Amino acid sequence: MLQTNLCGIKLKNPTILASGILGVTKESVERIGKNGAGAVTLKSLCHEERFGNANPTMFGYGDVFFNAVGLPGQGIDSAMKDFGRLDNLSIPVIGSIYGYRIEQFGEVTKKMDSMKPAMIEVDISCPHMDYGKPYYADPELTAKVTAEVKKNSGKIPVSIKLSPNVYDIKEIAHAAEKAGADAITAINTASGMVIDIDARKPVLANKIGGVSGPALKPIAVRCVYEIYETVKIPIIGTGGVTYGRDAIEMTMAGATGVGIGTGVFYRGINVFKKVCDEMEVWMKKNKVKSLDEIRGCAHG
Amino acid sequence: MDDCIGDCRTEIPVMLEVSNVIREGKGQTSFFFRHKLECKPGQFLMIWLPGVDEKPMAVSYSSKNEFAFTSQAIGKFTTALEKIRKGDKLGIRGPYGNSFSRKENACVVAGGVGLSSVSTLIDALKNPLIIYGARTKEHLIYLKRYKNKNMLITTDDGSFGRKGFTTDVLEEVLSKNKKIKIIYTCGPEIMMKKVFDICNKYKVELEASLERYMKCSFGICGACMIDDKIVCIDGPIFNSSQLNKLSEFGKYARLKTGRKVTLNEYHSWKD
Repeated sequence: MLQTNLCGIKLKNPTILASGILGVTKESVERIGKNGAGAVTLKSLCHEERFGNANPTMFGYGDVFFNAVGLPGQGIDSAMKDFGRLDNLSIPVIGSIYGYRIEQFGEVTKKMDSMKPAMIEVDISCPHMDYGKPYYADPELTAKVTAEVKKNSGKIPVSIKLSPNVYDIKEIAHAAEKAGADAITAINTASGMVIDIDARKPVLANKIGGVSGPALKPIAVRCVYEIYETVKIPIIGTGGVTYGRDAIEMTMAGATGVGIGTGVFYRGINVFKKVCDEMEVWMKKNKVKSLDEIRGCAHG
Repeated sequence: MDDCIGDCRTEIPVMLEVSNVIREGKGQTSFFFRHKLECKPGQFLMIWLPGVDEKPMAVSYSSKNEFAFTSQAIGKFTTALEKIRKGDKLGIRGPYGNSFSRKENACVVAGGVGLSSVSTLIDALKNPLIIYGARTKEHLIYLKRYKNKNMLITTDDGSFGRKGFTTDVLEEVLSKNKKIKIIYTCGPEIMMKKVFDICNKYKVELEASLERYMKCSFGICGACMIDDKIVCIDGPIFNSSQLNKLSEFGKYARLKTGRKVTLNEYHSWKD
């Protein structure tokens, strides 16, 4: 009922652990798989080892979850030893990569490719050292990164992860598709700030952070909706998906895969199984036999 | 389908005034808060020092309307904490994690400031035997607090109590005293690994409080993983059968970057 084909990858259901949550060790990948996810995205890796920001790096209140972890990671070389091959794990694994400079995206992609992930996702939120603005904020920069990654990714499909912090996400998605992207992941967190009035300071050590959780969902649904009208490649709709009906909504906006990250905070590691069960209940009640029937149905 | 509105989880630090500061030993300090805290023995808090960092600390005192944690000055954060005085504010969230089982006929084995992680357990038990060790006399804490308890003390240099290690004493105790049903432990992981081996040898149940680098404390960031366990939500307390399955226990831990290193390297790294 929930089987999904994403760029030729057969998923038992469309739920995908979003990058940045738990996907830091092989054991955590397997555990997410046991809890019902269709696929797992690893925490982003780059060409070097990074310590990330001081704590607090994340917190949540009500419908808002807020983080600035600062992309800590062991680096691609260490990860190659730690994880080994990704295609012999019990669940499809999406390797998330980034670099600082364009050529580093290529270098990390080549190494990730050798680990045999089901897909490579590209985090383009890092500001480019030469241009002074992030890759996601400019269609030309997005295209350059996409082309560089595609040049080094062999046969493994590539998804570009976009940010909502732009004037027009459609032109960015279009640029990624034109440069060869096989899919779009939408969206990353929305930029924000929270100040503790008793401490008289921003709570995050990094001051500025990214908003996720249910508060992000309407922004994510809008972005997926707009991107669906612009590109032909599949979309992994990510942002605030917590319940089965959120995943149905994302599918109606046009998503093929449904990312879940902060949902783990609100509902526990078995959020994937819960969301899938709830999707099935809704589908049976509404006589929907497959997700293909409702994908993009909110358009027109 | 469940309804999300109104039932979303909140985890954010709350600024609380420090009501008292007690210097416990050389570089160990307890910070008290006049505030009611619902917590179980072995649970921990996240302590935020604005502008510096946020770290996990065990609840070391807990009564009806007061609680405290005990910090040992080691790195940048714990050294900065030393400057905190009565009346200053710290950000608190929690308590987090699971708790000790609280079985009687217990022996508590603690090393160094690890005693603070088992202190609310000691308070909850009827008459536990405590084996407590530290490097020197100056590093011993809670001596007044536990002066009426059944406590065997060791120091590495022999400056107080018996010269040697807690694990030597534990082995002697278990070889003679067959009444002890369970061991609770917290301290350096090398010590806890030895305690684990001794418990296996004498077939005595064990619960150990483990430490790993933490960020979120509510089970989503994956920083504190040991094998497939998430220390902040599955632990920090693990029992014998769980410890038996943890291949990384006593051997490896992960740095803030996620890189797996030996315990030695992990402990020589200061954040």
